[in-house]
Amino acid sequence: MKRIKALLRFPPNRAGKPITYHLVKDYDLRINILHAEVAANRVGVLVMDVEGQEEAIDGATRFVRDEGVEFHIVESAVSWDRDRCIDCGACTAVCPSGALSLDQKDWSLVFTPADCFVCESCLKACPMRAIAPAIGGTPAS
Amino acid sequence: MSVKSLEEINERIHKKKAVVVTAEEIIRIVDEKGPAEAAREVDVVTTATFGAMCSSGAFLNFGHADPPIKMGKIWLNDVEAYGGLAAVDTYIGATQPSETRGLEYGGAHVIEDLIAGRPVKLRATSYGTDCYPRTEIETVITKDEINEAYLYNPRNAYQNYAAATNTSDRTLYTYMGVLQPRCGNVTYSTSGELSPLLKDPYYRTIGIGTRIFLGGTQGFVAWPGTQHNPSRPRAENGVPLQNAATLAVIGNLKEMSPRFIRAATFERYGVSMYVGIGIPIPILDEEMVRSVAVKNSEIFTKVYDYSVPSRDRPCLGRVSYAELRRGSITLNGREVPTAPLSSLKVAREIADVLKGWIAGGDFLLTQPVAQLPATANPKGLEVKAGSQAANVAGGGAR
Ligand code: SF4
Ligand code: SF4
Repeated sequence: MKRIKALLRFPPNRAGKPITYHLVKDYDLRINILHAEVAANRVGVLVMDVEGQEEAIDGATRFVRDEGVEFHIVESAVSWDRDRCIDCGACTAVCPSGALSLDQKDWSLVFTPADCFVCESCLKACPMRAIAPAIGGTPAS
Repeated sequence: MSVKSLEEINERIHKKKAVVVTAEEIIRIVDEKGPAEAAREVDVVTTATFGAMCSSGAFLNFGHADPPIKMGKIWLNDVEAYGGLAAVDTYIGATQPSETRGLEYGGAHVIEDLIAGRPVKLRATSYGTDCYPRTEIETVITKDEINEAYLYNPRNAYQNYAAATNTSDRTLYTYMGVLQPRCGNVTYSTSGELSPLLKDPYYRTIGIGTRIFLGGTQGFVAWPGTQHNPSRPRAENGVPLQNAATLAVIGNLKEMSPRFIRAATFERYGVSMYVGIGIPIPILDEEMVRSVAVKNSEIFTKVYDYSVPSRDRPCLGRVSYAELRRGSITLNGREVPTAPLSSLKVAREIADVLKGWIAGGDFLLTQPVAQLPATANPKGLEVKAGSQAANVAGGGAR
């Protein structure tokens, strides 16, 4: 058994297809959706925990890509530049997962990558531009 | 009534005997020992803030090229600077966006680059005169290669500031950060019980000429800030319940540090600048120590709905900074997460640095040259009918 965190990026008008249904039914994967941002006419994003046999995950990856959907294995969530960060907390205003939070004692920013959904909301919310996307660097296969 | 004079305090600073604590530390001291004893023991309390302050910028003088140019249009790293001063003087405003990189780089970034000692591209054009024949120049400058470079910020260090939320169905991108739909969050911007003007609510010791910490060096309060409004309603402890007094500040850019002056971009809003300000408050008497010991639970602000794009936004409630700091508040019966925009961590660092300067005998306290105005009547801008405006425009010719 293997467990990965995957990010799927749907081109506009492709969001309607029941991709997750096929992943569960045809590849016997256990899926836990962490974050979904899907709307007609726009690029959709789906982040999920995927658990299954290694070959099944490989097959599923090919299937998703054949459907014209980007498939990334996300390892490092987003990347946070500690030196650029001023510990203001503006990013915590938008983080849905609690991966970004402020220490209530010394008020420094705490980033917990394991909790991150990779929704990327924090990229825009950080006035220092201290958070960058980490995907793209680790495409699956 | 008076416990000690400013001269006595300075004498103790000079001898490195002054007792200096931060505005957070004094709260505990007053709780333990009471105000009378605290006023006798403590000489100076340091306050600080590190938040986005849009109304900021720097005056620069480049020196003359040969042949010289009377710069009319000026760009620094493709950010336009003001050309309406003398030949090689300019003012670069923090919020001016770059002509090539949009909102991701602006005047504040130029200022941060200069402070950090990084080279900046200077480009200027002119119509040419008999005494200034050159019509174009392009070169590279650093802060060490130009004459004067000083920050002059027309409005900084707001005494209190409203908190923001968004009742609409869409995400709003504002100078109060990203506000999520349906009151998804509340943002606020203050160092609260550490913030300078909240600790001297009637400006007894902070005034024109006050020596301060500015951006990592010694600076001064130059003037009341723009939109200075001390006439706001106040709580019983004297602290205004919303945006009130402001300060114009000045200081030598060449001595500043990028740790305490930082360029910022607020998504789809624009460029701004985080400015680090620290102000010492001399403990002259018991009344002064009571003011500086006011706590977050005794300082209130109002939550405004930023989805109403009007001068008079609806107010959704009043909260204390202790509540905001806890991480969520109740708004219309619902728990809403809160997030700060100004950095309390860096503000604490500033209060500590200033404390070190004063305790080390390097920073003497000042008597204001003049007090800040105690009342004001700020005006809105009325939009007048076109014909009336046209008459005014033509008025000068008649
Ligand atoms: S991408 Fe940023 S905002 Fe989204 S969950 Fe991760 S840390 Fe939080
Ligand atoms: S918004 Fe940016 S600078 Fe502020 S705490 Fe978050 S990562 Fe740090």
